[in-house]
Amino acid sequence: MTDFWILLTGGLVASCCAILGCFLVLRRMSMIGDAISHSVLPGIVIAFMMSGSRDSFVMLLGASVLGLITVFLIQLFQQSGVQADASIGVVFTALFAIGVVLVSLNLKHVDIDLDCVLYGEIAHVHWNTWELHGSDMGPKAVWMLGFTLLVIIAVIGLFYKQFKLCAFDPALAAAIGIPVALFHYLLMGLVSMATVSSFESVGAILVVGMLIIPASAAYLLTDRLGAMIFISVAIGLASTGLGYGVSVVLDASIAGCMVCAAAVLFILAFLLSPSHGLLARKLRRRSLRERTI
Amino acid sequence: MTRQSTTAGVPLQIKGLSVAYQKKPVLRNVTLEVTEGELIGIIGPNGAGKSTLIKAALGLIPKLNGSVLVYGKPYNEQRQLIGYVPQRESVDWDFPTNALDVVMMGRYGRLGWFRRPGAKEKAIALECLAKVGMAEFADRQISQLSGGQQQRVFLARALAQDAKLYFMDEPFAGVDAATEKAIIMLLQELKGQGKTVIVVHHDLATVKEYFDSVMLLNIEVQAFGKTGDVFTRSNLQQTYGGRFAFLDRQEDEELTLLSGKGRG
Repeated sequence: MTDFWILLTGGLVASCCAILGCFLVLRRMSMIGDAISHSVLPGIVIAFMMSGSRDSFVMLLGASVLGLITVFLIQLFQQSGVQADASIGVVFTALFAIGVVLVSLNLKHVDIDLDCVLYGEIAHVHWNTWELHGSDMGPKAVWMLGFTLLVIIAVIGLFYKQFKLCAFDPALAAAIGIPVALFHYLLMGLVSMATVSSFESVGAILVVGMLIIPASAAYLLTDRLGAMIFISVAIGLASTGLGYGVSVVLDASIAGCMVCAAAVLFILAFLLSPSHGLLARKLRRRSLRERTI
Repeated sequence: MTRQSTTAGVPLQIKGLSVAYQKKPVLRNVTLEVTEGELIGIIGPNGAGKSTLIKAALGLIPKLNGSVLVYGKPYNEQRQLIGYVPQRESVDWDFPTNALDVVMMGRYGRLGWFRRPGAKEKAIALECLAKVGMAEFADRQISQLSGGQQQRVFLARALAQDAKLYFMDEPFAGVDAATEKAIIMLLQELKGQGKTVIVVHHDLATVKEYFDSVMLLNIEVQAFGKTGDVFTRSNLQQTYGGRFAFLDRQEDEELTLLSGKGRG
């Protein structure tokens, strides 16, 4: 049963992240995903301090708010003339540091474990179960991730054309009356949600890998956005399975192995993609040269 | 309301428009009224605010003050009447999509919040691609198109918007001669249908040939009117300043040559 819960949790994390990752990669906002994943920490801690419970949905709310604040601050600094990459660096390290301070101040009374926030522990997921009317409903993380995935699929599915046009040509999107800023913050809110739901299992640092790596690999494998999203999810799921298998064999960190597996799949796509791969490009160039001689 | 009724037949009326980035004014007190069914060129040196004028008219950037009316109403009530062709470099041509899909984006504004593009949108998009001579490239990934072909896809998308007033930001920049000819024929066709097209343009040599009216812009409107009346040596000199002065003694052919080179 443990295997099942771990694989299900990992699969849900991978699916949530892989879908959103496509839009982050296409909008050249990979580093914003990184920033959000770090700066949600103070949101989690503040939500905990205010509610006094480790209720996941309260934390989800707190973290989502902090995620949006992060994006807002980064944009504010950028518009006032700070370099784009510098403003990302300033905002997320500062917010993350606030989170670290808050955790260390509260450490005496609280069971928020900094290691757990940073690296996650997917192997412990099935211990923290949700009980309803006395019956065991399964791990809390699975419920929260399932809920997050549903929200992501519903929002992206409903507004697919808006997200697509905002990613490709925001000027036209604004000109035809699509509220570009609203969809920007909606996407960022979803990224925050996905990050927080995932942080318990894969940790705040590795969730970036799940956001960006499968989507980047999928980008190399197709020329259609719809297909890119499905391939990205498939790669995310494959890395979950592969990574878990390897981690059992090596007795190593599960989340670490999953992201490593994603990286291996990315490298394979980079080398072997029929359209954009290194090998295909070399072969094409050679056949072109032979034809011209 | 009386003011609106008198301007209802005017495709675009701008009054006292000013725009600033940070503290620097980019446009100052621009006022103009466009006549329906004309091709209008906007020319001026780099940094004169040509693209800014279009973006401010479309509400893409905030204005300091002034008003913009499209057929007598604020632009946000008239979006269905407006078509927009941004600069080609403004988008990522490596985006995973094909030519047909890009043209279908022109229909998104009419689909509202929830409807998805379907068979009808596809048929319209194919028709628009055919009009710009790109029907055979419908399934081509957009990064595999040449610069001229990409520009034609953008024009097809604007056609799919089926607007009455078009804004085009440098549609002729960096395109081959065949595409340039295709674009100008398309503009003539739009004009024939009674549509109004405002084009940011760089090539002084073709202004007289292409446009009914022309606006010379350098932060402020230097001159605006029928091309024959306004596109004069002294007005150009006033607009381009010192950069144009050295051309003064030369003949028209040489002017043509040099202005062609200055494009970009």
